[in-house]
Amino acid sequence: MIRPISGLGSFGVRTVSRFGGMTIMLGEFFYALRKLPRSMPLFVEQMYQVGVRSLPLILIISVFVGAVSAWQAAYQFKFIGAPLRFLGQAVGKATVIELAPVLSALVFAGRVGAGITAELGTMKVTEQIDALESLGINPVRYLVMPRILACLFMVPLLVTFANFISIMGGLVVSIIGVNVSSETFLFGFRDSFKLTDFLAGLTKAAVFGLLIGLVGCYEGFRTRGGAQGVGLATTTSVVTSSVLILVFNFIFAMILFRL
Amino acid sequence: MNDDATHNLIEVQQLSKRFGEQVVLDQLDLTINSGDSVVIIGQSGTGKSVLLKHLIRLLAPDSGRVLIDGEDITDLTFEELLPIRHRFGMLFQSAALFDSLSVEENVGLGLKESRHYRANEIHEIVMEKLDMVGLASAADKHPSQLSGGMRKRVGMARAIAADPEILLYDEPTTGLDPITADVINDLIVELNDRLKVTSITVTHDMTSAYKIASRIVMLYQGKVQFDGTPDDIRSTDNPVVQQFIHGRATGPIQVR
Ligand SMILES: Nc1ncnc2c1ncn2[C@@H]1O[C@H](COP(=O)(O)OP(=O)(O)OP(=O)(O)O)[C@@H](O)[C@H]1O
Ligand SMILES: [Mg+2]
Repeated sequence: MIRPISGLGSFGVRTVSRFGGMTIMLGEFFYALRKLPRSMPLFVEQMYQVGVRSLPLILIISVFVGAVSAWQAAYQFKFIGAPLRFLGQAVGKATVIELAPVLSALVFAGRVGAGITAELGTMKVTEQIDALESLGINPVRYLVMPRILACLFMVPLLVTFANFISIMGGLVVSIIGVNVSSETFLFGFRDSFKLTDFLAGLTKAAVFGLLIGLVGCYEGFRTRGGAQGVGLATTTSVVTSSVLILVFNFIFAMILFRL
Repeated sequence: MNDDATHNLIEVQQLSKRFGEQVVLDQLDLTINSGDSVVIIGQSGTGKSVLLKHLIRLLAPDSGRVLIDGEDITDLTFEELLPIRHRFGMLFQSAALFDSLSVEENVGLGLKESRHYRANEIHEIVMEKLDMVGLASAADKHPSQLSGGMRKRVGMARAIAADPEILLYDEPTTGLDPITADVINDLIVELNDRLKVTSITVTHDMTSAYKIASRIVMLYQGKVQFDGTPDDIRSTDNPVVQQFIHGRATGPIQVR
């Protein structure tokens, strides 16, 4: 009886100290931003690594996210007897405000967040980060800042792309599988589209990007031990950023979409 | 403090460091004069690498302090440490090469990021340093394509790239064949004699130690057990030192 409770206590302490550490790193990130011109080539390189190379994956998941949302919406419509001409509205709204930002961010955490932690964690345990410092190079400016910034910029761009592809996926399913014409579907989508929804989705995406980059770098920098430590840090990184994405998403829902 | 005469460049005062329960350094005192070539010896795991890392504040002491030219570096910020770290060059025991960069970029990174050099100057300096360690032909390779001994030598070239006034070498000749090891020993001696570099070398290789040292310091149980010239160490009757330099399994040092 005692042990699970004290275990919970030490988990609590570790969690608090982890978020404390992340807050400090966030501060260091903003402080290092003033050196952005010097780190420009590193930032551009990260934009490529983090963003461009995620495109194929985002493409694939978006096609299927759009497809399944059209299918499931049609299934629900049939069940409650709603007219299928509202399919475009349903798919469009769900995609732009929830599905594209959240699912893209979760996939991005798995691909990019994990990659950042594994790379920085390996650098940490092989003393490469110490070596940077010994050369008088600030690891936050050289490694952390370009990565977080690249995530911050790239997730919204990828979400914009994901929005477009998902709607296309939904369109194809509604034509082929549900027998709703493209005119009807697109009219419904245009009818319900609000720029503020789209911008709210992008704002969320930017915050998710920041979280993924921050958690990825933080977990990388606190890696200990050898290969096993790197594996552990990578798992922790993906789990932490996924949970944070969902928690922040709910907070955003309450702020941005008041009932 | 006058410029030419030797002075206390590095002072380690009452330095203690522990990792968890394990006490590694225990109120250690050590003074290093400018121009010294100090060799640090001691059993595996006694804290030689940990001591070196404290000198450029890669590790923070639990208690005690490190002074560089009289300035306490313990509580300095990253920016305040910069000018001090620029006076040092460090070869890591694991070489710690940046594995995303080529050999040439590894050696030149510190120069590039300092922004005091143009690209062609960096290239020239890097090739000169690589030549000094016998690796000019490996400039375009990546660290994963190098042997252990080659990595060590690239790490050496990186440490000396910016012509620092104090060099920290963590086992520079470990993993090298006897001939290459001697080339590296000669290089350390030459930098010390000709460029008046102060050097601190950790090694297990007693041949190398006798060759490069003006002073040999032995660490044992978190403290300085012995501090003297190579001649002193050969003639000492300290049983711990004797056992170590002659490599005997039996004696006061117990290996569990
Ligand atoms: N980051 C760390 N975390 C925990 N323990 C550490 C850490 N670094 C060193 N130690 C411990 O401190 C002790 C001293 O390590 P150090 O690397 O300084 O030994 P060393 O004298 O350089 O040995 P060797 O000759 O084998 O290189 C070791 O027992 C090691 O386990
Ligand atoms: Mg060592």
